[in-house]
Amino acid sequence: MKDMKDNAEGYTTPDGRQIGGVLMEMKNITLRFGGVMAIQDISFDIREGEIRAIIGPNGAGKSSMLNVISGFYHPQEGEVWFRGARRPTMRPYEVARQGVARTFQNIALFKGMTTLDNMMTGRLTHMKSGMFSQALWWGRAEREESEHREQVEKIIDFLEIQHIRKTPVGRLPYGLQKRVELGRALAAEPELLLLDEPMAGMNVEEKEDMSRFILDVNDEFGTTIALIEHDMGVVMDLSDRVVVMDYGKKIGDGTPDEVRANPEVIDAYLGVAHD
Amino acid sequence: MFYREAGDFKTSYAEDAQTFPIKFDRYRYYFVMAVGLAILPFAVNDYWANAVFVPFLIWSIAAIGLNILVGYCGQVSLGTGGFMAVGAYAAYKLMTSFPDLNIVFVVILAGFVTAAVGVLFGLPSLRIKGFYLAVATLAAQFFLVWLFNRVPWFYNYSASGQISAPERTVFGFPVTGAATAPWAQYAICLGFVVVLAWVARNLTRGTLGRTWMAIRDMDIAAEIIGVNPLKAKLSAFAVSSFFIGVAGALFFAVYLGAVEVGEAFGIQKSFLALFMIIIGGLGSIFGAFAGAAFMVLFPVLLKNVLVGGLGWPTDLAAHLELMIVGGLIIFVLIAEPHGIAALWRTIKEKLRLWPFPH
Repeated sequence: MKDMKDNAEGYTTPDGRQIGGVLMEMKNITLRFGGVMAIQDISFDIREGEIRAIIGPNGAGKSSMLNVISGFYHPQEGEVWFRGARRPTMRPYEVARQGVARTFQNIALFKGMTTLDNMMTGRLTHMKSGMFSQALWWGRAEREESEHREQVEKIIDFLEIQHIRKTPVGRLPYGLQKRVELGRALAAEPELLLLDEPMAGMNVEEKEDMSRFILDVNDEFGTTIALIEHDMGVVMDLSDRVVVMDYGKKIGDGTPDEVRANPEVIDAYLGVAHD
Repeated sequence: MFYREAGDFKTSYAEDAQTFPIKFDRYRYYFVMAVGLAILPFAVNDYWANAVFVPFLIWSIAAIGLNILVGYCGQVSLGTGGFMAVGAYAAYKLMTSFPDLNIVFVVILAGFVTAAVGVLFGLPSLRIKGFYLAVATLAAQFFLVWLFNRVPWFYNYSASGQISAPERTVFGFPVTGAATAPWAQYAICLGFVVVLAWVARNLTRGTLGRTWMAIRDMDIAAEIIGVNPLKAKLSAFAVSSFFIGVAGALFFAVYLGAVEVGEAFGIQKSFLALFMIIIGGLGSIFGAFAGAAFMVLFPVLLKNVLVGGLGWPTDLAAHLELMIVGGLIIFVLIAEPHGIAALWRTIKEKLRLWPFPH
């Protein structure tokens, strides 16, 4: 599938969705922690509208890669290109303002706040009222609060979490917390949504729900999604293209079928002695 | 039975997001405001104003300010006394340098001066957290008190090293100085409390408040959704210090009248404010009021009961008061670690279902 990557116009998926041009491109990323090579010279791209999975055994450097994309880590070598321009070294909140949202492997919600407040916080990058307007609750601040509430309510409807709107998230069960975290990321209306193990620790039913939400998000909002996941069944069903990592190196890249047939990937997962 | 949302329909997001969504709460709030504004100014005498209402109101402002920083933004501070001193000395310098400036503006400007100082001492919070930050703010406390003691410019080179408030009036009534009537002291403090509590509520329920709470609950996640930690923390320090500065200015100008910095704004004041918000409830405006009431009013009540009611000697009562208040603090913290505000919330939850709990 080399030709697919080089095709600037994008491609059509087997289920008939049109995938656009390159949204984000990682060029020769190398990330070291002291002597440990977390990521070695990895390049891949994420195209507009696709669901891109990053898989690999534990410790392969998947989460490090996500942290590079969201600006937590700054790679020693390599470049990140976003929307056709090279991204300078950015702090995570600056990356967020560019339209990249993410969820975490371990839930990172604001536990003392309600579901609604968590999701309203997600809309922060769209809010513009100043401190004095907020202090007096007058003019822009008041208007903004209701406008953004309306946007958040749409996402609450979409994720079917109306009943826990005003519950502090610390009291919610795990599966719902994961859903609220997805909601908070969606509230930002991101162009690129990064999901770090969205199904970790879920039962089959919760996984089915979450898969449905991920597909719907991609379908309804046209959001580009990059996800890390260990459940192979889920990954192969959901994603359009898959990057496979092992020991910080990229060992495979392509459609789920190609990756499944790749001997190196099979070795990495079934275990072959490394020298 | 009457304490519930049922039947009270909200038809807009603004209505749904109001401070008191339950009708009964709203009327209770109006009632308290009416008593505070319309009845008490005519009823307070010197004792009630000086022993009860004025210190309670002033400490409420300080507690709200500290609660914004500690309770909402999660940055522990032990510098309250020092920042109150900044407010007091800023007010003094403004009053003596600009005798024609209205005292209300003096107090507000003193708040802004304190906000600037607070931002300066808030800078370490960008690198350090928790107990270490508390120690850094402790340095602010000692440095500021030392500064106001050692640099004569701050107390206008007076021989005693004290500062004392000259007489200033609002609408022709003196509110500072020796000729102040108790009701005027009470009224100006109440005015500031009402406006500032409303401002604090607006700030904490809006965008800024959510960024503060995001930093408090999970700073990494806050950054990933677009919170600039520098701005969030420093704005919390600024707003918090503004409130504390206003409280300090009122404490000096309206309540004490004359101040010696080490005595009035020492480290024990920092701890007092911290106890208030811990007992009252972190991250709650009501908690700040409850904590201030507990720490200010309870000792007065106890003294009245022991000395006035039971006729015990004053020194014995004073010692017992320390023991009882200390014991109660421990009791409250064991019974409800999240403070009186959490206790109040639980009661309200129960009340909503009463008398049919299932």
